[in-house]
Amino acid sequence: MTDPLAKPKRKNLLERTRLPLSPPGMRSRAAHLLTQAAAEGRFALPACHACGAVHYPPRDACPKCLSAVIVLNDVSPLGVLVAVTTTRVSNDSYFRERMPWRIGTVVSDAGPSIIAHVHGDVSEGDRVLMSWHLDKGGNAAVMALPEKETPHMADDRQLREMTLDPKFRRVLVTDGRSAVGQAMVAALAKAGASIIFAGVAEAWKPFPGRDALAKVAGVEIVPLDVTDADGMGELASGIGPKVDILINTVEHIRPGGLLDRKGVAVAREEMEIGYFGLMRLAQAFGPVMRFRGADGANSACAWVNILSVYAQMTWPAFGAHSAVQAAMLSAALSLRTELRPGGVRVVNVFTGPVDTDWFQTVPPPKVAPAQIATAVVEALKRGMEDVYVGDVAEDVRARLAVNPKALERELGSA
Amino acid sequence: MAKKPGDSAGGALGAFAASIASGGIRVVDLTQTLSPDFPTLVLPPELGQCAPFRIEEVSRYDERGPGWYWNNITMSEHTGTHFDAPAHWITGRDLPNNAVDALPPKDFIAPACVIDCSTEAGANADFTLDVAHITAWETAHGRLPKGHWVLLRTDWSKRKAADYVNLRDDGAHTPGPSAAAMKFLAEERDVIGFGVETIGTDAGQAQHFNPPYPAHHYMHGKGRYGLQCLCNLDQLPATGAVIVAAPLKIRNGSGSPLRVLALIEQGAKT
Repeated sequence: MTDPLAKPKRKNLLERTRLPLSPPGMRSRAAHLLTQAAAEGRFALPACHACGAVHYPPRDACPKCLSAVIVLNDVSPLGVLVAVTTTRVSNDSYFRERMPWRIGTVVSDAGPSIIAHVHGDVSEGDRVLMSWHLDKGGNAAVMALPEKETPHMADDRQLREMTLDPKFRRVLVTDGRSAVGQAMVAALAKAGASIIFAGVAEAWKPFPGRDALAKVAGVEIVPLDVTDADGMGELASGIGPKVDILINTVEHIRPGGLLDRKGVAVAREEMEIGYFGLMRLAQAFGPVMRFRGADGANSACAWVNILSVYAQMTWPAFGAHSAVQAAMLSAALSLRTELRPGGVRVVNVFTGPVDTDWFQTVPPPKVAPAQIATAVVEALKRGMEDVYVGDVAEDVRARLAVNPKALERELGSA
Repeated sequence: MAKKPGDSAGGALGAFAASIASGGIRVVDLTQTLSPDFPTLVLPPELGQCAPFRIEEVSRYDERGPGWYWNNITMSEHTGTHFDAPAHWITGRDLPNNAVDALPPKDFIAPACVIDCSTEAGANADFTLDVAHITAWETAHGRLPKGHWVLLRTDWSKRKAADYVNLRDDGAHTPGPSAAAMKFLAEERDVIGFGVETIGTDAGQAQHFNPPYPAHHYMHGKGRYGLQCLCNLDQLPATGAVIVAAPLKIRNGSGSPLRVLALIEQGAKT
C-alpha cells in the first residue's frame, strides 16, 4: 500500500525553489511511436505491418522479417514482473534528485520483455499492468503498475512524477461562467484539488450557476477576462505562483464561415477571446508555471486547452470558429514546447459540439459539459497529452487518420 | 506687472481665460475613466456587439522601446463616456452632416440645464422622466432655453458596475426618459442634446417604449446629440453651466468617446 500523499506544507521562504530538470531526452524517430501511445493513454507497442510481430524496444525494421514498415498496435498491457531493482545512485541530474528509484523487467503477455519504472505496490513475480506515461521531458516511459487498484496508488512518488494529478494541486479554471467551466470546477473539487480559482469575466453580467459555483469547496472566484491584458497581469501577479494547473475553458462560439458574415467584427472578437486570449494567458501565467515545475508535491504540472476537434479539420458551418480553434491548436503546440523545459505539460482536449446554447440546432451526438470535465480529470490523473472526448471527436480523429480529403468534403456537406 | 494667462487674448476670451486660471470659472470633469472594466451596452449576443475599452502596451521604457511608454487602444465609438451623433440612429440617417466629422464645431460648446431626478431614480431603477417632471423643473427654473443641453441627473454614475448596468433576466433596469418627454424636448424646446449618467441615453427597458429608444429616436431624428456615461452631474447648477463636448473627428463616425467638461462660474447655484 502506498503512503497517502500529505497535504503539501506552505513554502519555506528561506529555501531556493528547486528548478525543473528533465530526464534524459534523446529519442529516435521510431521511439516516438511510443510517445504517441503515451500521449493518448493507450498501451501499444511497435509491430511489423508485414508479419505482425510485436517488438520492443522500437526499431527501424522488424527484427523478425526485416520489413521497414512499423506501426503502433494496441496490445495487452499485462505481464509479469520478473526482476526488480532499486537504483540508489545516478549520475543523471534529474534522477539524482529523485533517488531511490525502482526499475524492473516485465515479460509482457504481448511477447517482448520491457524494462519499466516500477510502482511501489508491486514486487518481483507479480502480475502487473503496464502503462505508457510521458515523463517530465515529454517522452514515453513505461510504468509497471499493480494489476488491480491499490489504496492511494496514484500517490506513488514515481507515478506522480509521470502524472498531473490534481490532488492537492491548485487549479485555475479560466472561465467559471460557462457550463463546461462549472462542470470542471465540480470535477476538480471531487478530485481533491486544494484551491480552484474560477475566472469570471465582466462580473457585472449575472450568469446561471453563480451561487452554486461560489459554494464549491475550495473555490475562489477571480476576475479574469482573457481580452484584458492589464487585468490578467494584475491577477497573475497575485495568484500566478499558486497556479499548478491551468485549464482554459474560455469559449466564444459563433456560427458561420466567411461569406454569410458581414465584416470581421465578430471574427475579431473570436480571435481576441480564443487565440489572443490563449496568448495573453500564456504570457501572464506561463513563465511562473515553467519556473515552478519541480516545486514540491504541488509543483506546476499542466496546462489544459479545451479545443474543438474542428481545429484539426474545418467544419464550414462553423468555419470562422474552426479557424480560431486551428490557430489556438497551433499556438498550443508551440506552448507545449515552450513549457516543456519546466516539466509543465500542455494537454489538448478535443471535443465535438458541446450540448450548450450555441450548438442548439446541431443534432446529437453532443458532448455534455460534465463529460468534458470527467475526461480532463482522467487525462490529468493518467498524464495524457492528447485527449478526444465524445463520439464526434473520436470519429473526426479516425476519419482524419484514414482519409483527410474525404473528411474535408464530408464536413462541407454536414 | 507679470503677465497673467489670457492677457494676450484680450477682450471676452482674455477675461474667460483669466477666470479659468484664477478659479473664478471652475472646470468640472464629467468623464468616466476609460478602463477595461467599465461596462458597455449589452445587446442580445447574436447581434453585433459594442467593443469594450482595451489597452495593449506597445512599449514601456523596455526592449520594445527603451525611452518611451505608449499603448494601442481599441474600443467602440460608443464605449465609456461618449457622444452620439445623429447618424447613430436610423431616424437621423438621412440628415445632412449627421456624422461626427461633419458636425458644426460650435455645437461642441453649449450651455446646459440639469434636471435632478436622483431621488426618484434612487427609489426606482426604472424611473422614467416625463413631461411633468420637465414642466415642474421649468416652474422652478424657467423655460428650457433653445440650444441647451438637457442633462438628467440620477446619481447613477456613483454605482458600482453590477448595479450600474443592473441586468436582470428581463434586461437592464436603469432610468431614462419617456417617449413623450423626448418628443417634448426635441420639438417643443429644441434642445441641442440630451445627456445622462447611465450607459445609454435611453432607459434600460426602453426597447419596450413606443417608439423604442425614444431618446435616440427623437434626438437624432431632429439632428440633435446624446451624451452618456457622464459623471459629476451633482456638481452642476440647475442652469448656468457650459458644456464642452467635442467628439473625435472620425470619418462618418456615429459617435465617439470624449472628454466632457463643464464650466461653472463660481457662485452659481447648484
